[in-house]
This record gives sequence, structure tokens and C-alpha cells, in this order.
Amino acid sequence: MEYDVIVIGGGPAGMAAALKAQENGAARVLILERETFLGGILMQCIHTGFGLHYFKEELSGPEFAHRFIEKIEANPAIEVKLDTMVLDVQPGESHQVIAVNKADGLMQLNAKAIVLAMGCRERPRGALNIAGARPAGVLSAGTAQKYVNMDGYLPGREVVILGSGDIGLIMARRMTFEGAKVKMVCELMPYSGGLTRNIVQCLNDFDIPLKLSTTVIDIHGSDRVTGVTIAQVDDNRRPIPGTEEHVPCDLLLLSVGLIPENELSRAAGVQIDPITGGAQVNEACETEIPGIFACGNVLHVHDLVDYVALEAEVAGTAAAQYCKTSSNTNGDYINTQGENGVRYVVPQRVNKRAQQPVSLYFRVGQVYADATVQVRAGDTVLASERRARITPGEMEHLVVNPEQLAGIEELIVEVVV
Amino acid sequence: MYDIAIIGAGVVGALTARELSRYDLRVVLLDRLNDVGAGTTRANSAIVHAGFDAPTGSLKAKYNVAGTAAMPALCELLHVPYQNTGSLVLAFDEADRNTLNDLKTRGEQNGVPGLEILEGEALFAKEPNANPTCTGALWAPTAGIVCPYELAIAGAECAASNGVEFLREFAVKAIDFTDEQFTLRADDEREICAKIVINAAGVHADEIARMIGDDSFSITPVKGEYLLLDKTQQGVVNTVVFQCPSPMGKGVLVSPTVHGNVLVGPNAEQVDDRFSLTTTAAALQEVQQAAKRSLPDYQVRDTITSFAGLRARCDRHDFVIEPSAVNARFIHAGGIESPGLSAAPAIAAALAEMAVSNAPAKPSWNPSRAKPIRVHELDHEEYAALVKEQPAYGRIICRCETISEGEILHAIHSPAGARDVDGIKRRTRSGMGRCQGGFCGTKLLEIIAHELDMPMEDVTKSGGNSQVLLGRTK
Amino acid sequence: MTKMKMICTACPMGCSITATVDDNENIVNITGQNCGRGVAYARAEVANPARSFHSTLRVADGDLPMVSVKTTAPVPKNTLMDCAQATRGMIAKAPIAVGDVLLSDIAGTGVDLVATTRVTANG
Repeated sequence: MEYDVIVIGGGPAGMAAALKAQENGAARVLILERETFLGGILMQCIHTGFGLHYFKEELSGPEFAHRFIEKIEANPAIEVKLDTMVLDVQPGESHQVIAVNKADGLMQLNAKAIVLAMGCRERPRGALNIAGARPAGVLSAGTAQKYVNMDGYLPGREVVILGSGDIGLIMARRMTFEGAKVKMVCELMPYSGGLTRNIVQCLNDFDIPLKLSTTVIDIHGSDRVTGVTIAQVDDNRRPIPGTEEHVPCDLLLLSVGLIPENELSRAAGVQIDPITGGAQVNEACETEIPGIFACGNVLHVHDLVDYVALEAEVAGTAAAQYCKTSSNTNGDYINTQGENGVRYVVPQRVNKRAQQPVSLYFRVGQVYADATVQVRAGDTVLASERRARITPGEMEHLVVNPEQLAGIEELIVEVVV
Repeated sequence: MYDIAIIGAGVVGALTARELSRYDLRVVLLDRLNDVGAGTTRANSAIVHAGFDAPTGSLKAKYNVAGTAAMPALCELLHVPYQNTGSLVLAFDEADRNTLNDLKTRGEQNGVPGLEILEGEALFAKEPNANPTCTGALWAPTAGIVCPYELAIAGAECAASNGVEFLREFAVKAIDFTDEQFTLRADDEREICAKIVINAAGVHADEIARMIGDDSFSITPVKGEYLLLDKTQQGVVNTVVFQCPSPMGKGVLVSPTVHGNVLVGPNAEQVDDRFSLTTTAAALQEVQQAAKRSLPDYQVRDTITSFAGLRARCDRHDFVIEPSAVNARFIHAGGIESPGLSAAPAIAAALAEMAVSNAPAKPSWNPSRAKPIRVHELDHEEYAALVKEQPAYGRIICRCETISEGEILHAIHSPAGARDVDGIKRRTRSGMGRCQGGFCGTKLLEIIAHELDMPMEDVTKSGGNSQVLLGRTK
Repeated sequence: MTKMKMICTACPMGCSITATVDDNENIVNITGQNCGRGVAYARAEVANPARSFHSTLRVADGDLPMVSVKTTAPVPKNTLMDCAQATRGMIAKAPIAVGDVLLSDIAGTGVDLVATTRVTANG
């Protein structure tokens, strides 16, 4: 079976990429989605706050997804296979995708271009190496979100949350609405990884304490969790002896970071950026393998779905373009580089002949108040914006115009205090 | 009324059940937990030792060498992952070199074949990432790695398909012996009767012995903590790499696992609590550091999980494999610490021999079990044909390990099958990958609830009161 | 006189603002903000703090067990837990379209609760 574009993943990135690819001339587009529904993780994010940039109105996750789902369903050129797992991606003259589901069995599919849009997963307990027992009642916040919001089950009644990322904050409020008592949110860092709005509306509104520079050092209980030991940490994030406190609870939720889901990409030979955990791409979201694109949280973890959709549209457009020309790349690249507080920049390289304005997405490594973010080449500042506050939890971006790319050899993104 | 009751469904109890299932006898296998192989068998080094550690003439030496010799064929018969990797004991100084010589001599006296002391290129050819300051190593070609809980599960599955009954969550709290029969009472007041009892109760074996008034041995649990590394570390180590043993045990090892991960551990700490499997930051730190001495370049940050296991250290400093002096129909398999896993096939045969006299063999006995299908092991053609025939194998539930719904259904419905999330995990590896069940956990719960016809909120992680969910939201 | 402490959500700065309110609930002083938006935020928080509410309802005869819902407009902050209570025991019958009103005037707020997911009827 030969497609123009195969999109792996039917979340917001995959749907936005598929729609743009079709709109830009890809005649046969296929979305492969492992769940039994389109929409990805948005379907369990039932709170509002999505779409302010993309739709200019405030939507819940399922509503944001629904707008794309309706367009996909109405578009006969876009085929969707649900409950389908992609097992392998093999780059080649025509790229091959091996996928399987109950109805079609094992499929060998071919496509001129592939868009990787597999999203991300949560860091599990094991990666944190929290000491203690291994009882039931330790869940990642997203798993609990699915149980509560989609399946209608309560995984605990007395809850401690470790990690103040947005999913953890959102779940503090959701568990409260469902009758659970959320005792506290602990955050290893001296600042929260979540949006200010979420701290106010998910914690302060319900008098849930946020304990900064605090972590869980021990988990108690044999069958179910009966409690945790928390402790304050020093500047090196090591527990401070004497600050231990026992907190009884029956559920520990972990919201301690997201990891792009790049097993397929790695196996296909796509180069991975060790900092983002996602593919190394150019300004068209194309990996170093021609015709394989990546967008959304599989490329780098975003803070807002609006930017996921915008980035995916770049990838979808470029994938359609690739189908026509079999090449977007003329090989002449400028590397991007984060310096002075900027942890990473996506895209990692920009074609000198880029035709469109290039958005450079980046994150900082610490909190800054009243600082400037800028893009420069040598001593020339190409773009610069003032920020009242920059935090590691929020993705930043700056735009460089095509005419600025002439004659430069580097693109440095940095914070100037 | 049973002919034989086996207390403890660890690897020893399960393989003993399999040995006994060849006879025309009523046999029951009991465990205090909700599954086979869920105690010490679940959390250990997963090593098949060559057999040079134990003192010559000890039961440990005897059964280790015999068990290790039997292991490859048994694993093939039961479709259990086993690899003959060989092992190395590294020496870093003159004292270590003397230890290697002692181990080699002892091993040869124990009947261990092929022992050799390697130096320089020969050593680093076997283990290129071994610490360059290492001056020599004892090479034991018969050592290997096995999946211990899968061995126990396979043994129990074989036994159950040959008629052995398996009773879960049967925690024996009292034993009476009257009218030539034992009555075993569980803490929930269930009772069973048997003519012969085999005590394979792991860290609780001495407590069980005391229930018939036998205090001839006592057990101190020794906790060991381990780190499991991601498959990204596959290839960092090829063989089982030990350091020279100390009085506390064989020390920290680094080893590949049969599933492509890397195992690091254990430390050794005497504990009082026979139930506690808690890990501590200090012990995991100790293990990490100690392993760096063997393999300086392994990546600690690729740890996907850590766990603790209890070894049943006996005051006799040897296995206790004998009929009780109090009642000869009560047969002990006590103090089965390392090399208990390696020795298990031989211990099982010995226990069966002690328990059975003159029983007729069943002509229908099947020594094997149905080979579990692993879709990730199939080539495209085989997989396509399978899904056409059995579509459930076409629905992938666990993507980290590529485990299909068909494999999970098989795990639930096979003899002595899984009843909880961890049981499925041990049989299929669903949830054992790098996301540790973050995605497939919710689906597993749905499948278990559906297949066993129970409400979602009754499904447990590992039996008892380990429910994952506490009720409906509204 | 009472002092109300709050964190401004008008921008990522998250200023800690203190509004001093007299016994007639008039604001006499606002401190801690870095810009005019902080003043406006504090005035709104004192006069009528409102939040949007979202939850789920159990579904009958649908392809999903739960349907996600939200209020069509923010509700007074102090009614949030009443709204949460109102979602218990309620059953929404499939089919349900995005935007369907599933509960009018939730908890006496005058605001409707609408579906945010589509649920198809079984069979």
C-alpha cells in the first residue's frame, strides 16, 4: 500500500500535520493511532485553558481535539487506522512502516514521507529511584488522570503529589472535585514547573500547600500506600537530615517530567538531541533522514498544545512538499545553539535558503525576572524580546526572517540579564 | 485429602510440584501470595551459578552443580529463557588472585567443569568493558542467566496441567498431625489435609517447621537491593561479572538479563522483617558504587527501576533438605538462599524422591508446557499468519515491550494463571519496560476485570489489599 | 479591615498582591503588583472571584463510560465544590454531542453545564 504521507500518532500533532499535508497536495494521507480514538492525551485533559493562541478562545482538551477530529472525519483523503500499533519504521527510497491491528493484521505500508507524532510519556517512579516499598497506590499523574476522567474511577482518597508540573497541579484540583483530599504538592526545585494560573486555580483556591525544595524520600505500605516521608532538600537537591516528615496518604501521584517517545525514531536511525530527547530537525521539522519529519511532543515537550499544532502544520506542509520534490534540503545549513541560560533550541539547524519566517523554540534552565531573550549571529542581534519573567516550565520562541539568514554562520539564542 | 501438600510456590516448590505431577498422586501447591514465584523467586540475581562458591561436600555444592547441569535442558523443555553466558570473578590485587586460585581449586573439587584463570587479552575479550585495572579473572563457562520467576511459573503451569492444584493466598498459620495426616490451616481459616508435607516456604521455612515442633534450623532474612537498567545498556556486559566474595556473600554483580536489560546488585543487609521489601537510598548508592568497580562505564542514569529481595540465610550455613527429625513425612527445603535458583531443579528431584515411594507414574504425564507466544520474537510472516488466525495477538497493549492482548489473555487463562497486574507483568513483561506500566496499566486492569469477571476496583497489583483503584468517582 | 493575599495570574510574573479591604468590602489599598493589570486582577478577585468549572458525568448507553463537561461561563469561586457535588449521581444519556447542555443552572449559579466530548449511543 503506497501513501504520500503516513502520520504516526493521532493526537493534536498528528491530526494537524495530516490536515496540512492534505491541504498542501498530499493525495493519500494515513494516520496510525494506537488508541481507539483520535485526540491523544487531550481527551483526558478535560480542564479548560487550551486554544487561546490557536483558536483565540478557551477550550477544554477534548473540545480542542474535537475541532481537528471533525475536519479529519470530513476529509476523504485522510485515512485513519485506530487501535493500531506501529512496530517499525524503515527508511528507504520509499519509507516503510510496519504496523499491526486486529482487523487488518500485520501491515507493510509505504509512504513517500513520514511524520513522527508519537507524543511523550511520563517519567516513572523507577527513573527517580525513590526508596521504600512497592505497594499499589503510586501512579504517574497522567495515568491517574485517565482513570479519573475517562474511566470514572478514583485511585485514592488521601493524596500527595510529587512534582508541580502542570499535570500534577491539574490533578490536585481534579482529585479535589472528585472528593479526595489532596494533602500537598511537593516540588524538588525552589520554583514550580507549572503555570502561575494553575498554582492559583488548582492549589491556592483549595488551600492545598505547595512545598518547594521538598521531595519524597520514602514510600510506606505493603499492599497499598499508607504514607510517604517527605524532606526538604539543599541547594544540591539532597535531602536535609532532620527535616523528614511523615505524611499519611493512600495515593502518591508523580508529575516529574515528560520524555518524548522516540523508540521508533531511534530504531529507524533518526538522530536524537540528547537534551530535548527528540529528533534533530531543520526549520521544516525534517530529521536528518530525508522525508522523515517530527513534530509535537515527540520532538520536544511543549507547554501549550497551540504551539504543538502550529509546529505540526509546518511539518505537514513540508511533508507534502517533499512528496512533490523529494527534497526540501539543499544541504547548506546554519546550526542553532543555546547559550547563556538557554538549554536547547529547536530546530537544531536552519536552511540558509529558508523561504518562511523561522520560529526558534527554546527553554531556559532557571528562573529569570526582567530579562531579554535574543537571537544573534556573531555580534549582530537578529531578534530580541523583553520578558518580565522566564521560567524553565514555559517554552519560549523568537522568530527570524529569511532575509536575516544571508551570510551568517551561526544562530545563538541566549538570555541577557 | 491430598497425598502431598507443598508449602511455598517459589521456584523450589513449583519445580517440586512439577516433579510430583508425574505420579498418580493428589498434590496441592500452596502459597501465601496471590501467585507463583512472587516471593524470593521474584527478586534475586537471576544467575545460574557454576558452583565453585560453596564448600566442597556441602548440600549447596552438590545441588548447585547438579542443578546447573540440568538447567539448560529443563529451560528448553519448559520454554523458559536461559542463556549460557559464563561468569567471571574479577581480581584486582594479589589477595584477590589468591582467592581466584582457591575458588578454582574448590570448584574443581565440587565437580565444576571448565574453570580457567584468564588474564589480559583473554579476559578483556570476554568482557571488553571490565575495569582495566583488573589483573585476572576466574572464568566459569557453565554459568548462565535465567528468568527465575518464569522458571517457577513454567514449573507450576506444567504441574497444574498435569493435575496439581494451586491454592493462592493460603498463608499457613497452624499445622496439626493426627490420624496419620497433616491438617494445614490458613490465616483465613481454610483447611486442607495431606499425608505428606513439603516445606518450601523460603524465608518462612523455619516458622513453618516450628508449627510441627521442629526448631532444628532458623532463618535470618538478608535483604539485597538491585538496580535494573534500560535495554539501552544492553551489551555493556556479556557475562555474569562478580567481584571476589566476602563473608557477607558473593558481592555486587553486574549481569545481562535474559530480557536484554542489565542487572546490578545486590548489597546484603540482615533484617528482622520477613515481609519488608523496601529499598533505601543508601543501599542503592552502595550498589551503584560497588558495580562501578567492575564496570566503570555503565550508566547509572539508565536505571528503570530498583527492587529488593530477601534471601533465606540459615544458621546451618547450608541448605536443609531432609525429612524432619520430628516427623519423617514432613520434608524440609529450608535455607534456600544462593545458589538456590541454580540448585532448584536438583532440589526438586531430590524432594520428590524423598516424598514418593511406590506411586505409579502417569502415562499421560506431559513434562513440558504450552510454549507462550511472544509476538516480538516472530518474523513478519509468522506474525501475520498468527494475527489472521488469532486477532487478539494483533492488538499491542504494552508498547515498550511489544506485548499483545493475546499474550495477556494467555497469561490469565493458562493453568495456574495470572490473577493480578504483577502476575501478568511476570508472565508477559507487560509494564516492565521503560514506562513501567504508565500507559498499559489502565488497559491491563480492564482486561483482568473483563476476563475474570470482576469489577475494576477489585483488581489488585499483587493480591491482598493491593487494589489499584479505590472505587468509582460518581 | 482585612488583608487578602493573592497571586496575580494576568501574566507569568505571578506578582504577590495584597489587597486591604475595609468592613464595607471596599478596597482601600492594593500593594505588590508591578503593573496596572495587577490592580484590575485584585479588584476582580475581591469583588467577584470566578472560575470555570469542569468535571465528568457518568454516561448511560454510550460508547464511553464518562462524558467530560464544563460550565459555559465562570462560576463564583465559592460555588466550585457545590458544582462538583452536583455532578454526582447524575447520569447523561447517550448520544451526546459537544456543546449539549447536560445540566442547566448548575448549583444555582445560573450557568449551564455542557458536554465537551462526543458520546455515541451503543448498539
